[in-house]
Amino acid sequence: MSILVDKNTRVICQGITGKTGLFHSQQCRAYGTPFFGGVTPGKGGTEVDGFPVFDSVAEAVRKTDANCSLIFVPPGGCGDAILEAAAAGITLIVAITEGVPVLDMVRTADVLATKFPKSRLIGPNCPGIITPGIAKIGIMPGYIHKPGPVGLVSKSGTLTYEAAWQLGNVGLGQSTAIGIGGDPIIGTNFIDCLTLFEADPNTEAMLMIGEIGGNAEITAAEFIKAHIKKPVAAFIAGQTAPPGKRMGHAGAIISGGSGTAEEKIAALEAAGVVVSRSPADMGKALVEAIARKKGR
Amino acid sequence: MKIHEYQGKQLFAKAGVAVPKGIVARTPDEAAAAFTQLGGPIAVVKSQIHAGGRGKGRFKEQPEQPGVKLVKSADEARENAKRMLGNTLVTIQTGPEGKQVNTLYVEGGLNIARELYLAVIVDREAGSPVVIMSSEGGVEIEEVAKHSPEKILKEPFHAGYGLQPYQARRLAYQLGLSGSAVASAQSFLPKFCRFFVENDCSMAEVNPLVVTAEGELVALDAKVTFDDNAMFRHKDFAELRDLSEENEFEVRAGKAGLSYVKLDGNIGCLVNGAGLAMSTMDLIKLHGGEPANFLDVGGGANVQQVTEAFSIILADKHVKAVLVNIFGGIMKCDTIVTALLSAYDTVGFTVPLVVRLEGTNVEIARKMLADSGRKIIAATDLTDAAQKVVATLKA
Repeated sequence: MSILVDKNTRVICQGITGKTGLFHSQQCRAYGTPFFGGVTPGKGGTEVDGFPVFDSVAEAVRKTDANCSLIFVPPGGCGDAILEAAAAGITLIVAITEGVPVLDMVRTADVLATKFPKSRLIGPNCPGIITPGIAKIGIMPGYIHKPGPVGLVSKSGTLTYEAAWQLGNVGLGQSTAIGIGGDPIIGTNFIDCLTLFEADPNTEAMLMIGEIGGNAEITAAEFIKAHIKKPVAAFIAGQTAPPGKRMGHAGAIISGGSGTAEEKIAALEAAGVVVSRSPADMGKALVEAIARKKGR
Repeated sequence: MKIHEYQGKQLFAKAGVAVPKGIVARTPDEAAAAFTQLGGPIAVVKSQIHAGGRGKGRFKEQPEQPGVKLVKSADEARENAKRMLGNTLVTIQTGPEGKQVNTLYVEGGLNIARELYLAVIVDREAGSPVVIMSSEGGVEIEEVAKHSPEKILKEPFHAGYGLQPYQARRLAYQLGLSGSAVASAQSFLPKFCRFFVENDCSMAEVNPLVVTAEGELVALDAKVTFDDNAMFRHKDFAELRDLSEENEFEVRAGKAGLSYVKLDGNIGCLVNGAGLAMSTMDLIKLHGGEPANFLDVGGGANVQQVTEAFSIILADKHVKAVLVNIFGGIMKCDTIVTALLSAYDTVGFTVPLVVRLEGTNVEIARKMLADSGRKIIAATDLTDAAQKVVATLKA
């Protein structure tokens, strides 16, 4: 078992004829992900490396029964690509694209919520989602994610790999690992993932990786306190970041004295979450979180 | 991207948002001529820098001179301009080093009845733009938020439909406006919100927003920040950018596709990925060191990028050691080591370099490092890396 992605997931790629889109589609297929082709308007009817190419998502869905789309289109077309996928009935949309204008995401998220409530968006500006051993829908290196009992959710890419690596070192794999993205407006947030992990019988504990900026980690902490029974560990990146400076991710900025790592760590600890102060101890923090729950 | 007040006001005017009459001056004589041309009994001479707190700020070279000054004659405008232009203005937002003032904006006076606060930002939680207003104009909004949060009004609006007139009226009544000021708000606020959306702003702030004795709303200030990600569809804004306001190395990094932020410490870092880069800074601090920068080389770091990254890090004279932290995923560790070694030779390292690698092909990569003959300190994991780089400073 897992969340969002299982063996019934059927994937296509929007932007498959681009260099990055093709490379990662090949990587996903090599991992064993059920992958059925891609979409590039104007190139329908052609083929790239064995992948059939369609003019529209609707056509791809008609011909392949796809229910999941991996998006690599350039930033200016990303919002449009997301809505095209939703309109074609795709239920899981994974947008990898980095650099999407914030107001595009405001409009896209609004239309998704009001017109296409059955479509879930992950991202943008994220590494994607992986259910180890079943399907990889994203740009993460598959081999570092081992199957196991931990639900992993993170705002960051390479820090997720680091966390998966550390979990492997303490003998723990993941039920599913999701990168939700570092942008201010994203499709799926911490609370969505925590809810799904709590309900998933194969997830026994959760590791949540946040960063400075916004208050998603604070609302997640409140949610954990009220609704999550399984053990949770966390790490918050950016404890040393100066205010007012954007640290790479568009969302990672401390503004007006709020969104600091300190307040997020305090809120999580108050909710009973084991927070690792060092990025080197994320795996250990999870082991500690499991041990604490058992001790009770 | 930030722009100057005078540029913001020119864009406001184009969007039909009321601003006072003003003229840009780059010499004392131009400032005097501007006063005469404005034709009023008073004018305000305003330093143009990308930082707030200018009115209370003072010049390093002219400790008595404020960054914004009300003047009553052309001569007074000229004398003030002389003390401002070319000098360094220090405000609570510039940091102690201050900012050099190269441009002034001379603005006509207004008959001010009230000062309000107005800003539009994107509210992450609501997922929509939101108007923020307060009856307490002209002061730091953070202070108002801290001491009288009930005085801060928030009105989210739809990015597609814009702020509706009833929403503008609701704000106006909550602020205690009456008569023609309500009608003015009903026109001003939706235009301001349309300006925000159409120009892909990430913030537009007017502090103070003035209500004149005649009952008109006028933007007395303009602090506009654009969403960098949307600049591809606003090519004309490129000319509004003032590179002298930005950190030289941050500009260089941007050109090379690197994300770099200068900090005050002495341990330079080069990392792939924003989250891991922030964590590496945290790690250094946790082990008693101080990071000199945030630097994300991105997912596809090539020889040119790593070379430029090293040059930028080492150009900071405070840097006494460098830590490279790479988690090679799709980008293989051996590819990165090839780039690292080439960059190491090109740049000419004079400070210790500690490298921590993990991920795809890490064994090959570690062997390449060990066999390279360069004085590179290899670290086995994150903690080991932090301890080793901090230790080099003590040696």
